Amino acid sequence: MTVLVDRPVSHDHGHEHEHHEGPTGLLKWLTSTDHKLIGMNYMVTSLVMFFLAGLMALAMRAQLATPNSSLLSFQAYNALFTMHGSLMLYLFAGPFAFGGLANYILPLQVGAPDMAFPRLNALSYWLYLSGSITMLLGFVVAGGAAAYGWVAYAPLSTVQFSPGSAPDLWILGIALTGFSAIFTGVNLVTTTFYLRAPGMTMFRLPIFTWNMLVTAILILIAFPILTAAMVLLFADRHFGTHIYSTAGGGSPILYQNLFWFFGHPEVYILALPYFGIVTDVIPVFSKKPLFGYKGMVFATMAIAALSTGVWAHHMFTTGVVLLPFFSLLSLLIAVPTGIKFFNWIGTMWRGQLTFTTPMLFCIGFLFAFLMGGLTGVMLASPPIDFATHDTYFVVAHFHQVLFGTAVYAGFAGLYYWYPKFYGRMYREWMGKTHFWLLTVGFWVTFMPQYILGLWGMPRRVASYPASLGWQTLNVVSTVGAFIIGISFVFLLVNFWVSWRKPVPAGDNPWDAHTLEWFATSPPVHHNFEKLPPIRSERPVWDYHHPDALTITHGSAGANGNGHGRLAGAAAAADTGDKA
Amino acid sequence: MASVDAVSPRDGESSSTVASRWRRRAFGLVAVTALPVLLGGCQLPTFYGYRGSTKQGHDESVLWIGTMIASIVVLVFVGGLITWSIFRYRKKSDEIPRQFQYHIPIEITYIVVPVVMVLTLFGFTVYTENQVDAVTPTPAVKIHVTAFQWGWRYQYPGNVTVTGVTTEDPDPIGLNGASCAPAVDCLGPGLIVPAGQTTQIVLNSQDVIHGFYVPEFNFSRYAQPGVTNTFDLTVDHAAIYRAQCTQLCGLYHSLMFFHVVALPPSQFRAWLSSQQHLAHAASTVSASNSTTKAAA
Repeated sequence: MTVLVDRPVSHDHGHEHEHHEGPTGLLKWLTSTDHKLIGMNYMVTSLVMFFLAGLMALAMRAQLATPNSSLLSFQAYNALFTMHGSLMLYLFAGPFAFGGLANYILPLQVGAPDMAFPRLNALSYWLYLSGSITMLLGFVVAGGAAAYGWVAYAPLSTVQFSPGSAPDLWILGIALTGFSAIFTGVNLVTTTFYLRAPGMTMFRLPIFTWNMLVTAILILIAFPILTAAMVLLFADRHFGTHIYSTAGGGSPILYQNLFWFFGHPEVYILALPYFGIVTDVIPVFSKKPLFGYKGMVFATMAIAALSTGVWAHHMFTTGVVLLPFFSLLSLLIAVPTGIKFFNWIGTMWRGQLTFTTPMLFCIGFLFAFLMGGLTGVMLASPPIDFATHDTYFVVAHFHQVLFGTAVYAGFAGLYYWYPKFYGRMYREWMGKTHFWLLTVGFWVTFMPQYILGLWGMPRRVASYPASLGWQTLNVVSTVGAFIIGISFVFLLVNFWVSWRKPVPAGDNPWDAHTLEWFATSPPVHHNFEKLPPIRSERPVWDYHHPDALTITHGSAGANGNGHGRLAGAAAAADTGDKA
Repeated sequence: MASVDAVSPRDGESSSTVASRWRRRAFGLVAVTALPVLLGGCQLPTFYGYRGSTKQGHDESVLWIGTMIASIVVLVFVGGLITWSIFRYRKKSDEIPRQFQYHIPIEITYIVVPVVMVLTLFGFTVYTENQVDAVTPTPAVKIHVTAFQWGWRYQYPGNVTVTGVTTEDPDPIGLNGASCAPAVDCLGPGLIVPAGQTTQIVLNSQDVIHGFYVPEFNFSRYAQPGVTNTFDLTVDHAAIYRAQCTQLCGLYHSLMFFHVVALPPSQFRAWLSSQQHLAHAASTVSASNSTTKAAA
């Protein structure tokens, strides 16, 4: 974590007052309220969680490579998938996006000096770190870590079936990180609404900021429910209440309703920020404005709104939910998601695409999320869910979705903003090697799992009988998982090399669009010495390319017929008319 | 196929060599997307799913196959557009491309077309789920199934109770009177049902949540404490069907097997009456054997 502390300025900008008076070293790390430092803390901590959870996944895949395997005990296996899911979802995918990238990037994108509540921001991080440590402590207490899955369904998670202190640590960890998320949500909403630079109207916000705003609102809707559900679970465990147990007249189904009322917005809390990254990166490397900007914003809002009404699609097989309602709303989410896909394609259409590492990761995201999204539509249909619920089909589905978002798009963001964070470039060939290995590993790992699920392999099983013929596909999946593991060596070596042998990146190496690229790399204390005029959603592009402004629909004079066209075979476009 | 319309925004284009080139491309794309549908139409592959060994499972299978075909069309169409963009528009010069941003007709098209597709799927979904969830008032037999850590208890009419944990098979009934072969299909307690008739399952759990899942029936349902789920299974033909708990239920979740033995109706009746006889005899002698077994 010490690497966070010294951020060398690798190039000279002659900013005399860049040197901010204040503590340095460890004291700075402990006391800083600078959104950039806090964001970096979040990113490093969440990446540590990502690698820990990834190692757990490799251990599980090693176990499943042989039938009736005794590599891990049942208890160890159950604890590993519980902690793998918990770390990935609660401690990596969310915090990496809204605590890490958004914390660092969002104030820069709106032209603000810091977050609206810097000290609350610091508190968020320390709550998150302590929550993470609390949850991990489960591994060192008697009985081992919690072993009831990341969803912790009651009554399995009650004290009768999960005794010991590890579940309590797990619940406490969720509560702490839950509060941290809520505080960050408050901060992001307030920053976006109140700290925008002059000229930065709502419809000029970069899509990453838009998506973070909507994500933050979803956090405020969803996380309090989770925290409440955990408090009630804790009360059941220790204070003799019977909220989730039938013994005292309680209802186990209540837990599922509460959990998924958090859990499904949570899925979009984990997805929208990453959509935002992709939506920022693709236009930059296509040398074009985002196609259908306003449609994109409304699609994000539609996804968020629908996501609060789809929670019971996780409960189709409980037999106690209104199937058509939850099925219809779940299916409808495909529509705004489809809009996003076509807008991404429309942005690339007739562009000049360069395939740098961030762009490659975005392409990887598009294919992964297309596959995960389509199988999601299938699962939104209750009869198909009856046949595949709790099988590896579902495992493959949500891994393709979450891998597409948190890993592909998340690391697209990391590579994309790395020059901004450190003022130095990563090595392109290593980034591309990372991408190709990851892509091979990704498809090899998860495609066989769809088939295993359709054949009837349940999820969360530590072993399977030899005679079912599941071994071949499981071995393929395990090989893929280890290829994914190897690919991340290239990420770590890449950052190590760029650390040891810096190549200066400059302020705007990508010829990017949004305000963070107008700041120095890394940005100075309180971010900006000056700002460009903000007259569209890509002020930095306008500043550097005053002769290539966005042609919006119907802006007469921009082009002969006054219509922006998607691939409209307009002769003007073919001849590269710069309007 | 309506979705393919979205790719040919050049319908209203005045004729030119560019437009005709685009029309050829659109036609090629239609051909490519239509191919799997046409191929699928010949023999309707199941795409690794089961065709369903029950009436209800067969209904699900039809929906699955239809959804799969539609999904492949969308996958090829959208994936094709992405692939096309990647290869066609890779950087060729330093020229700045035209900076267009909106095209309202196309944007409306790709809202309306997916809405229509989703509503179509929803229609088939509701139809199928009503078929699958339909419960007859007059089942041939009604069996109470109770899941527990880590096994299953079956209560047949006439006070017949069979209980087994993890891999043990307390009632090794096989087809044609033979004992259940020591095959993997026979892991766990066997649920004996009549083939060709409607069996009604009343599902419950005595501790945590479990999953009643028979892969070849294309069906699963949670067994929950405090909630009683009732559903019908009409097994097509006499056979043994592997089954397993799917909802994580604690330490031995991985071993919570069971299986369904569908017997010809006459054989089922003979088996059930023999068991009822035994149960009756046992209950008149002393405390019910079956409840002792359940308690153990």
